[in-house]
Amino acid sequence: MAADSMAGVGAADRLSLPPQAISRRRAALGDRIYRACVLASVWLVLVLAAGLVAALCWESWEAIRAFGLRFLVTSHWDPVAGEFGALPFIYGTLLSSLLALLIAVPLSLGAAIFLAELAPAWIRPPVAFLIEMLAAVPSVVYGLWGIFVLVPWLRDWVQPALATTLGFLPLFQGPPYGIGMLAAGLILSIMVVPYITSVSREVLLAVPGSQREAALGLGATRWEATRIAVLRYGRSGLIGAILLGLGRALGETMAVTMVIGNRPEIAASLFAPGYTMASVLANEFTEATSDLYVSALVEIGLLLLVITVVVNGFARLLVWSVGGPARGGRE
Amino acid sequence: MMKKWSLLAVLLLAAAIPGRPAPADAQMLMNGAGATFPYPIYSKWFEEYIKVDPEVRFNYQSIGSGGGIRQISERTVDFGASDGPMTDDQLKKAPAELFHIPTVMGAVVATYNLPGNPQLSFTGDVLADIYLGKITKWSDARIKALNPSATLPDQSIVVVHRSDGSGTTYIWVDYLCKISPEWDKQVGRGTSVKWPVGLGGKGNEGVAGQVKNAPGSLGYVELAYAITNKLPAAKVKNQAGKFVEPTIESTTAAAAGAAKSMPSDFRVSLTNPPGDSAYPIASFTWLLVYKDQPNEAKGKNLVKFLWWAIHDGQKYPSTLLYAPLPAPVVKEIEAKIKQITYSGKPLLAAQ
Repeated sequence: MAADSMAGVGAADRLSLPPQAISRRRAALGDRIYRACVLASVWLVLVLAAGLVAALCWESWEAIRAFGLRFLVTSHWDPVAGEFGALPFIYGTLLSSLLALLIAVPLSLGAAIFLAELAPAWIRPPVAFLIEMLAAVPSVVYGLWGIFVLVPWLRDWVQPALATTLGFLPLFQGPPYGIGMLAAGLILSIMVVPYITSVSREVLLAVPGSQREAALGLGATRWEATRIAVLRYGRSGLIGAILLGLGRALGETMAVTMVIGNRPEIAASLFAPGYTMASVLANEFTEATSDLYVSALVEIGLLLLVITVVVNGFARLLVWSVGGPARGGRE
Repeated sequence: MMKKWSLLAVLLLAAAIPGRPAPADAQMLMNGAGATFPYPIYSKWFEEYIKVDPEVRFNYQSIGSGGGIRQISERTVDFGASDGPMTDDQLKKAPAELFHIPTVMGAVVATYNLPGNPQLSFTGDVLADIYLGKITKWSDARIKALNPSATLPDQSIVVVHRSDGSGTTYIWVDYLCKISPEWDKQVGRGTSVKWPVGLGGKGNEGVAGQVKNAPGSLGYVELAYAITNKLPAAKVKNQAGKFVEPTIESTTAAAAGAAKSMPSDFRVSLTNPPGDSAYPIASFTWLLVYKDQPNEAKGKNLVKFLWWAIHDGQKYPSTLLYAPLPAPVVKEIEAKIKQITYSGKPLLAAQ
């Protein structure tokens, strides 16, 4: 393409130009094509995203019109009577993800610190590989493991123990089914650990050695050096890692559906069954027959998108306020 | 080199020779979508039907009954499939008259997890009150009265139901609606309902998994699923007052019992039918087709297939643990298929 147009310029022109100019013109055309291509890609992505939002709004319009803001604050979910409220699903999604992070963050950061700072060199690659392997396990496998291993264990051991020791808290009251919010939080935490661990590990490895040396040189212990010089330096990257895990937890469907108990109720106890937005979509969309019902489910999808965007935006703000926009973990 | 080329030519020729007379352009693709419950038997039928008519291929997407009803109403498929009959409202919204053609039957069984898993018997009343949360213990006097010889622990009943929208749920709650006025008023019928109590499991396997794992639990699953997984299945008292074990035969008997009072559009619930040997929690699953077909060739193929399915096709359901249609019902469906037309002319007679 570039060569063709050059031929059209004519031999005289070409002779009168210095060789650098020729290559610059050729480069300019190539650059224009390159620019157009990447610009088209970014527009395509934006148009797809806008189309997604538009389609969700369009399909959920009937429910939006019927329920308005009530949809966000009521807990009725009765397909037979045609009454829909999304509050228990929003609550379940946020609570199960929060639980998952509460468990997964200390675990993942601990593992990442060990792998980046303390572990003998020969042990690092295999252990890191094993942790990343966890991310490759399909979520339905986690769900099955949850039903057949985690839930009986919670029901027979963990929940009775929690009920006798911490039973005075409303969090740990009620019959121990095994299935419920606690199981969902636990299984989610296991699923997000590999994400947070492997990104955190990369962040920590990117912290320059001079940081550690300086801290150790000033008389810091190993822990102090890690805390002051390494974790502080990489904090925006670490927050990014945690948010990646959160994004995964908010959208996870299959494994959660299999262990959460699928009951659209807001209960104080972690032993009680709950429901998430992704789960109700997976559960009810295929057999939803009335238009309003489908529309209400699509609105839940729209809400899930909005919540994800809000959480991500909030995260961006957090990263900026902590580290400044130019200072990612890798710099 | 020559040898290689000639070999290739021979192979190409061999492929082109119509040994199996199925050139791509003469083939007709019939598109269908809908219920997941009958998917195994439908795909078996489509596979077997190639031997009957190699010119016809089926493409069936098991996207759920709701999707099947929507797609046939929008005419994006040639036939739909549903586990629950379309409502009057839905039929009115469809662009033309739709027929419900029953194909096979399924049943839903109550399964449980108790020490030693004794054979239990229930009445619809007791099942409804358990699912309403009014009976909460296995040692309840009403359960004991039905099962005098079983040892029932003084344990809470962990109620398990389907969390996903499902034809199985529809059959189950339809039965409870018929038996218990309170259930009908408070909960109603649908593929998903607002459950008064209980935990939700996804799919038959989700419910069965929870029942197997939680001592003292009670759930409901498809008959086929219960048989293949050897789950304990409760006998249920039918309209005639007999306690009937859920089997393929007692499911077919449910349709036979209902045959006399069958409405002409087949939109009938088979739960709690008359008949001594009828298992009371059973249902048809339907194919949805337009009375007046929009395309003559496709319409012809469709009626031919339907005719085959309710006759020769009926030897396959029981191998896949569905219940076949009873003979009196087949007679009634025959009449229905004969009414399918293309621009006013009946398609089956035209063959």
